[in-house]
Amino acid sequence: MTPQQLAQASNGAIYASMITLAIAMVFFAASFAVGRRRAVPVTAAVVTESAGGTAVLTRTDPPNAGDPGRRSANIGMSLTWLGMIFLAAGVALRGVWAGRVPWGDMYEFSITAALGILVVFLLVSLRQDIRWLGLFIVIPVLLTLGMAVTVLYTESAQLVPALKSYWLLIHVTAAIISSGAFTLAAAVSAVALFRGRAERKADGGPVTGLAARFPDQLRLQTMANRIIAFTFPLWTFAIIAGAIWAENAWGRYWGWDPKETWAFITWVIFACYLHARSTVGWRGNRASWIAIIGFSAFLVNYFVINVFAASLHSYSGL
Amino acid sequence: MTHIDPHSDDRLGAGLSTNPETGVVPPLSATGWLRWLWRQLTSMRTALLLLFLLALAAVPGSVFPQQGVNPIKVSTWVAAHPGIGPFMQRMGVFDVYASPWFASVYLLLFISLIGCVVPRMRLHWRAATSAPPAAPRNLSRMQNFTSLESQEEPQKVLDTAKARLKGARWKVIDGTDASGSWISAEKGYLRETGNLIFHLSLILILVAVAVGGLFGWKGNVIVKTGNGFSDTLTQYDVWGGGRFVNPAHLPPFSFTLADFQVQFDRAVSDRGSPQLFRATVNYRTDPRAPLQTSIVQVNEPLSVDGAKVYLVGHGYAPHFIIKDAHGHQIYNDAVVTLPQDGNFTSTGVIKLPDASPQLGFDVVFYPTWIPTSITSAFPAPDNPAVYLDVWRGDTGMNSGVPQSVYTLDKSHMVLLGRHPSLIPGQTWTLPKGAGTITFAGWQRWASFQIAYDPGKNIALAAAVIALLGLMSSLFVRRRRIWVKALAGPQGTTVEVAGLNRVEGADMAADVEYVVHHLSPDAPGTDVTKRNS
Ligand code: HEM
Repeated sequence: MTPQQLAQASNGAIYASMITLAIAMVFFAASFAVGRRRAVPVTAAVVTESAGGTAVLTRTDPPNAGDPGRRSANIGMSLTWLGMIFLAAGVALRGVWAGRVPWGDMYEFSITAALGILVVFLLVSLRQDIRWLGLFIVIPVLLTLGMAVTVLYTESAQLVPALKSYWLLIHVTAAIISSGAFTLAAAVSAVALFRGRAERKADGGPVTGLAARFPDQLRLQTMANRIIAFTFPLWTFAIIAGAIWAENAWGRYWGWDPKETWAFITWVIFACYLHARSTVGWRGNRASWIAIIGFSAFLVNYFVINVFAASLHSYSGL
Repeated sequence: MTHIDPHSDDRLGAGLSTNPETGVVPPLSATGWLRWLWRQLTSMRTALLLLFLLALAAVPGSVFPQQGVNPIKVSTWVAAHPGIGPFMQRMGVFDVYASPWFASVYLLLFISLIGCVVPRMRLHWRAATSAPPAAPRNLSRMQNFTSLESQEEPQKVLDTAKARLKGARWKVIDGTDASGSWISAEKGYLRETGNLIFHLSLILILVAVAVGGLFGWKGNVIVKTGNGFSDTLTQYDVWGGGRFVNPAHLPPFSFTLADFQVQFDRAVSDRGSPQLFRATVNYRTDPRAPLQTSIVQVNEPLSVDGAKVYLVGHGYAPHFIIKDAHGHQIYNDAVVTLPQDGNFTSTGVIKLPDASPQLGFDVVFYPTWIPTSITSAFPAPDNPAVYLDVWRGDTGMNSGVPQSVYTLDKSHMVLLGRHPSLIPGQTWTLPKGAGTITFAGWQRWASFQIAYDPGKNIALAAAVIALLGLMSSLFVRRRRIWVKALAGPQGTTVEVAGLNRVEGADMAADVEYVVHHLSPDAPGTDVTKRNS
């Protein structure tokens, strides 16, 4: 393929991915809308004590497996897989076109980060039923991609010499996976807050309406916690790799450059989250808010700092 | 995060961080008050608050220009806001990370950390060296529980289980109670160990930063191709060192910039973006050492004498020959000009305080000059030209007030004339018989940052240890298993129960491990799980 064709193929794959994900979004949304009025029993694990003292576990999932909402969510999941494949192709083709790893500017970083979010979500979905999360994943991915193709698009540029380092590969890979996982954690935390409010309103009774479509709050909080417990070391590693790279490129491992500062702020906020999870009175809604704040700090670093701050890390291509 | 078994005796960290007592009103005596204060400071809630404050305190440093990063921007900012600027400067807003309030946040945090970690170390040592607690009476209440029948003797069953668990590095004790013989096993001490190591290595990182700050130094220097540099204070354009650095005893290396290559992309899409910077330096570790040659590139610094030499920038130095009215040569040198845009439109000045009358030149160098434009069109020297303003009067150089070599103080000078585009080889006869200036050619310069940070290896080691500790703290599960064996009419009833002290985690796999070894052919054992 000529470079021209490669470029077109990459862009085409990304547009195809966006269309697929947009349709997935409709199906995910529909999964909430259809059968919405049907009340679902409180979804806590019920332990029945049998005569022999053996505890028997009943399923924690709402018993509505065959309903149209489920089917719609399943279609949404399939489309998300397809969208991910298109996006992966788009990212890979961009890399082939540029003749290097595809994260040299903000456009490339955005499409790769969007891919990261989808991959983390889909990998987790292989182990756990998180179809209810689909809408909250597809929306940020679509926003990221939309932003990428409209505002951030640049013709493929050569890496400036500071970015030619294998630490770039390591640092950015870790950061991209972290970005996907932080997005997931923030989405789950937001849903946990929403579900928690409904649970309090229901006051022990069955949760109705939209909130009934989600797992119970405790489970959501545990899930967010697990995701963050996985991501925090990875983010720590990304920062260390970044510091090693900075030491190699600029002669200091830490210089409070705006980008570094916000990576640090994000790190500290997630450390707050982990502390909150073991502090009386902070484990519940407050921890969920901290997760959302931490994710916001991550976003600030990516959008605000990349574009507006005079940073050594100015590779935005804008 | 720890799931605490209400039957357990060694509640992890109980009485420390999450102690409910910390909210209690202070007693009145002085020591009681101090103790209360200390408890407050080392409480988990305070740690949380201080962490939040730390995040918050770091923000202004990314919003306002910082002294350490860009002092010129700071003075511009302060000058532009005469009302609030000086006040903010006093408050340390332009030097956040060295300000007293930022320091007080992190120092409090680290005091809290030490106060928190030391007692936990003691507790953890006790927990790790003492036996696991006895098996609770009723195993079926545990998080995971299963029972099975065995044809073996109870003691035999327990011995097998014990051997297996020990083989898998569980700490095991055994005993007997009214309901039968049991073994109790515990594993996963590495969780708390990792947590403690993580927190301790944070202190080590702080120490490493302090070492770097006190014993390290850093300087910047611009070197023209063909010129040399030796590591003494006077040769630096900017230099800063820690309190314990003696600037008279810098490592005695020296180097010359033998060659400097730059390439820019000429493709339409990324026209002008840099592709390659490569400096060739000849260096000696001390004046008597043999000459060595090395390449310095971005991401590839030169290590010499414990210090590292980094390539951080480059530009052009147009070469001029200036003669006075009598034809005497008064200047013959290349002047460093600083790039102002991506296409290396570069500015600099020449000051001639010894000429009579004194002369000064504003120089703008265009690597690729286009007659219709006042900026360069490409960063490579495709069509170099200079723009010149010549000034006459008092340069202020003899007044004793230090001046930047890149600006000309024109308050006591008058403009004699200007030349829009001198090209190499051309000579301009200055107005009013002030002499001549010849644009003889150009050369490149490279700027280097030379840094010595004795703390950085400690910081790296501490960071790696912190990461390992963190991972073991977050991924290891502290857990217990109990096995009970009771002789009955049909054989032995074996009960296996597990308890995981990590929220949301499940013990089924561990329980299954034991069951599998006790009755390998047991039909698909069904481990139940209580919702904890
Ligand atoms: C520099 C400041 C600090 C940072 C960055 C930090 C970070 C962390 C992180 C990331 C965790 C979760 C991972 C793990 O369990 O190892 C954690 C846990 C913990 N931290 Fe800190 N910490 C700091 C200061 C403190 C202080 C001052 C205290 C004491 C009040 C403290 C007490 C704890 C405790 C008890 C846990 C364990 C919670 C659990 O059981 O999971 N930390 N810390």
